[in-house]
Amino acid sequence: MASDDAAARLALTDICKTFPGVVANDAVSLTLGPGEIHALLGENGAGKSTLVKIVYGVLRADSGEMRWNGQPVQVASPAQARRLGIGMVFQHFSLFDSLTVAENIALGFDEKVPMRDLTARIGEVSAHYGLALDPGRHVHTLSVGERQRVEIVRCLLQNPSLLIMDEPTSVLTPQEADRLFETLRQLASEGVTVLYISHKLEEIRALCEAATVLRGGKVVATCDPRTETARSLAQMMIGGELATPVRSGADEAGSERLTVRSLSLESEHPFGTPIRDVSLSVRAGEILGIAGVAGNGQPELLAALSGETLCPQADSILLDGQPVGRLGPRARRARGVCVVPEERLGQGTVPEMTLSENGFLSAYLRSGMLRQGLLQLRAMSRFASDIIEAYSVMTPGPATAAGSLSGGNLQKFIIGREILQNPDILIAAHPTWGVDAGAAAAIQQALLDLAKAGAAVLVISQDLDELFAISDRLAVICEGRLSASRPTKDTTVEQAGLLMGGMFDEAGEIIETHAA
Amino acid sequence: MLPRLEPRSGVSAAMMLLTPAIAVGLTLIAGVIMFAALGFDPGRALYTFFVKPVSTLYGVSELLVKATPLAIIGIGLALGFRANVWNIGAEGQFTLGAICGGGVALALHGVESWLVLPAMAVAGILGGLAWGAIPALLRVRFNANEILTSLMLTYVATLLLSYLVHGPWRDPDGLNFPESRMFEDSALLPVILDETRLSIAAPITLLIVLAGWLVLSRAFLGFQIKVVGQSPAAASYAGFSEKRLIWTTLCVSGALAGLAGMFEVSGPIGQLHPVVSPGYGFTAIIVAFLGRLHPVGVLFASLLIALSYLGGELAQIELKLPLALTGVFQGMLLFFLLGTDVLIRYRVRFGRRGAQIALPQGG
Amino acid sequence: MDTAAAVIVSMMAAATPLLYAALGELVTEKSGVLNLGVEGMMITGAVTAFATATITGSSAIGIVAGAAAAMALSLIFAVLTLSLVANQVATGLALTIFGIGLSALIGQGYVGTPLDALPKLDIPGISDIAFVGPVVFGHDFLIYFSFVMVGVVAWFLYKTRAGLVLRAVGESHDAAHAIGYPVIGIRYLAVAFGGAMAGVGGAYLSVAYTPMWIENMTAGRGWIALALVVFATWRPGRVLLGAYLFGGVTILQLHGQGFGLGIASQILSMLPYLATILVLVLISSDRALIRLNAPADIGKIFRPAS
Repeated sequence: MASDDAAARLALTDICKTFPGVVANDAVSLTLGPGEIHALLGENGAGKSTLVKIVYGVLRADSGEMRWNGQPVQVASPAQARRLGIGMVFQHFSLFDSLTVAENIALGFDEKVPMRDLTARIGEVSAHYGLALDPGRHVHTLSVGERQRVEIVRCLLQNPSLLIMDEPTSVLTPQEADRLFETLRQLASEGVTVLYISHKLEEIRALCEAATVLRGGKVVATCDPRTETARSLAQMMIGGELATPVRSGADEAGSERLTVRSLSLESEHPFGTPIRDVSLSVRAGEILGIAGVAGNGQPELLAALSGETLCPQADSILLDGQPVGRLGPRARRARGVCVVPEERLGQGTVPEMTLSENGFLSAYLRSGMLRQGLLQLRAMSRFASDIIEAYSVMTPGPATAAGSLSGGNLQKFIIGREILQNPDILIAAHPTWGVDAGAAAAIQQALLDLAKAGAAVLVISQDLDELFAISDRLAVICEGRLSASRPTKDTTVEQAGLLMGGMFDEAGEIIETHAA
Repeated sequence: MLPRLEPRSGVSAAMMLLTPAIAVGLTLIAGVIMFAALGFDPGRALYTFFVKPVSTLYGVSELLVKATPLAIIGIGLALGFRANVWNIGAEGQFTLGAICGGGVALALHGVESWLVLPAMAVAGILGGLAWGAIPALLRVRFNANEILTSLMLTYVATLLLSYLVHGPWRDPDGLNFPESRMFEDSALLPVILDETRLSIAAPITLLIVLAGWLVLSRAFLGFQIKVVGQSPAAASYAGFSEKRLIWTTLCVSGALAGLAGMFEVSGPIGQLHPVVSPGYGFTAIIVAFLGRLHPVGVLFASLLIALSYLGGELAQIELKLPLALTGVFQGMLLFFLLGTDVLIRYRVRFGRRGAQIALPQGG
Repeated sequence: MDTAAAVIVSMMAAATPLLYAALGELVTEKSGVLNLGVEGMMITGAVTAFATATITGSSAIGIVAGAAAAMALSLIFAVLTLSLVANQVATGLALTIFGIGLSALIGQGYVGTPLDALPKLDIPGISDIAFVGPVVFGHDFLIYFSFVMVGVVAWFLYKTRAGLVLRAVGESHDAAHAIGYPVIGIRYLAVAFGGAMAGVGGAYLSVAYTPMWIENMTAGRGWIALALVVFATWRPGRVLLGAYLFGGVTILQLHGQGFGLGIASQILSMLPYLATILVLVLISSDRALIRLNAPADIGKIFRPAS
């Protein structure tokens, strides 16, 4: 083992890190060789991000040893990590919207680099790895995929010998992801070690030659993912059988409940995406999935559907044929629309308020919780208890603060809160984002059951697997435009990928290019 | 070993109540140091400042007289601050209340009717409300920061009052002093304790405290205020209109400040002066924070801050200490409170910075 | 000196304290910190400068002392908001209340004390040229220095690496932290600079503009400086423009009183405050302009996981 470690580029031994109330890393050991593409696999909250932040010097371990090219090191700061030759591409980009690409890249250097040299070097690296970039553009004008390129080029300019990638494909179309893999393989062939963090099993099987699996902060397995199946990897990651949602047999959709007709809308956010000529309809008893890479207008579309943003014309949005485009969220709720928002904390719930109060937050029109302008505390508590019970939310009770729940439990609470209001139409954004597999399966099942019971359900998600698993029809949003919807069972992942890349015409149909 | 902060899993309710006490304690300690530095016997100075003013019944009544405007304004501000609406122009709204209430008193000079006082109160409330509505309009319609606009309007209100008492409203029999004529009895608040200035404004304040408490703890309006203040995105999601809450909180806090201003001129002062407030509108900001933005807390905080006013006046007379000390004490108290409030969300840990990667032992 | 030149000279003098305070606050805000205590720092700078100048007999030492005192006050703000994560709005207000009280306390012995005004540049021959002489060559060094500072701040923010880092911290403290910049340390420096500049602005009032100490002599200039930063959409050159615009309004108001237009002085005195409101409304109503130029993380609390 010792001789192995001496040859290793990075060797971690018994890394421990505790946050108040959570053991994020528990004696984690990991060895990476030169030119290796190594997967760090685990569910949300398994401790992957904590571990790489320790390697990159953003966090400091409580105990444990780190060796770099055989020498023991203490990485006190990201600057020191960069000097050692460690680069990192963050999951939530560390870019500055109002600055230019060149300025953003300059910020990644510890010493001053003349702008002209920098521009030239950006050009070189971009050309060598096929990562096209315009140094003078402001970052807020770039697409999400382009932003990731900025991050990668920023890292590569420092000639790293270890590149850490934190969930890089969550913001890419399948085709963009393939191109990224090419770049990573090229880097590996040049001797760069890649530490690749993901919970997507297929891409790990396609890309990586070794994998370390984390669960609950501990290393539970190491393997060669090329010799494993997605199912066996999933079992290592979850530590049990993967539950798959059960779909109802009924394919007969009912009447049109929610209709959007040629909706165009400017974004309220300066760096947001305007909605352009979007049309869709959802019928009773069906689930319509809207796929798309992050940052293509999903928040804007959701706000228009929920009523948080009012439409210019009332008849842009119809509920059961009635125009509601000029009505706010409260009036739309009164007409049977419930919404699961994008952000759990701070939007779907108020973190410091109790579950009772958070139940009331969106359900105040129902269950007798509001009388003559006064809160009915007992009814509020009862409603919260009902949600907790019906959706197996792990919590001491209705008086607990929402912020103290885990992500999965809070998401179950929110889904439960909306479904228990018996919505005619449910609009859910990223219903299982960042939720552990068990909770995700329960949430997907709840959505299927709701549709089966006759509600119209619209799910906006970046997770294609999820949409293929639960939706009856699928449409894709790209740069604020929405493709025509197609039956999910007649759609392939490749077709969805083309749509996610914007390859659809005015009518919303796929533009088939030469065979890929 | 440097102390460091470690987040608590939730908000500490105990610290919520404890930090104001800690802040008061630290302020007293700083006061001792300050008095000693200025060359006064700290014991005697503190006694003069904080005990002697309330050693008589009259002193206690004066405490209540001073606490009344602070509490009324503070409750309005607390509602706004909870919604992240930063009305810091209560001084101006107070002044407008005084102008409008006083204007009615002067206009009805010679009228002997029980209706004079209610008319004055309505005018005072409307004046303060109007002065609060302007920043609301500018924020909602033009996105202009209410902190700056409400503050600018304070200077405008003060100048307006000065203009009125120097010009059109000056007492015709007043030897050219910049003052209005004295209000008639029908325009003065009934005193409820003989030989003092304590008026019915004090019990009305208690009713306002009660109403404020009800709104915040049980009313839908209070719930909306809390949500929009803590998570604006959640308020938008729930369908609570931020604009309407800006209007409501600025108008309510303006109206309350206006009522306090009317009480001041129809109570302790009894006429219009160029300056009708020793900074009540600004000090009420401290009162609101010290009272944890909670109406009952505001009530207690108003008593404490009122004491600093009385103490400052007495210290000026007895010890020849500058009146400005009051402001210094109030500022320090708010500093200490804001500084110790960190304990509500964080706990302080001493010792090793739980952080280093252990160096391997050599050999 | 003809009237036009006199108006311009007095306008420049009226603008200078605003210019200093607003430039300092601009740098503070660019780093993502909103310090509403400018008024309190200015008045503390004013009284400290006056007292020190009186004691030492040197206006220059007085100005340095004023800057130092205001900087010390700004550091209280920095400790509370940056290290103890206190609310920036509330702490800024506390700073103003405290500063006004403290200045009255320090200044009580100096009310009515005379002080020689800051000497003006006087080049025999040139300064006597009609109009150009007084307008270009007839000022004290703080006015010239204020122009230098506009250039220095603009150069620093947009031409230096340190300025780029400061803007980055104000744009996204999480991203800056993730790349490894010391967010809190940088903000401490920006707050201290803002404090020192507010102190110089206050010192200008008490040792040059009206060389005497009067309680509350800043009369809301700190707040107007805050509004100027918004008016300037966080750009140094426009702060200069805004400050001179306000200097103009102030002088207009003073001369209006002098000419006896038959309008009460109190009504005329409202002008600068009403102008501030008007300017704020005009600039702020263009929401996109504000959102594109305001530092994105302004006023937000930063607390890294450790």
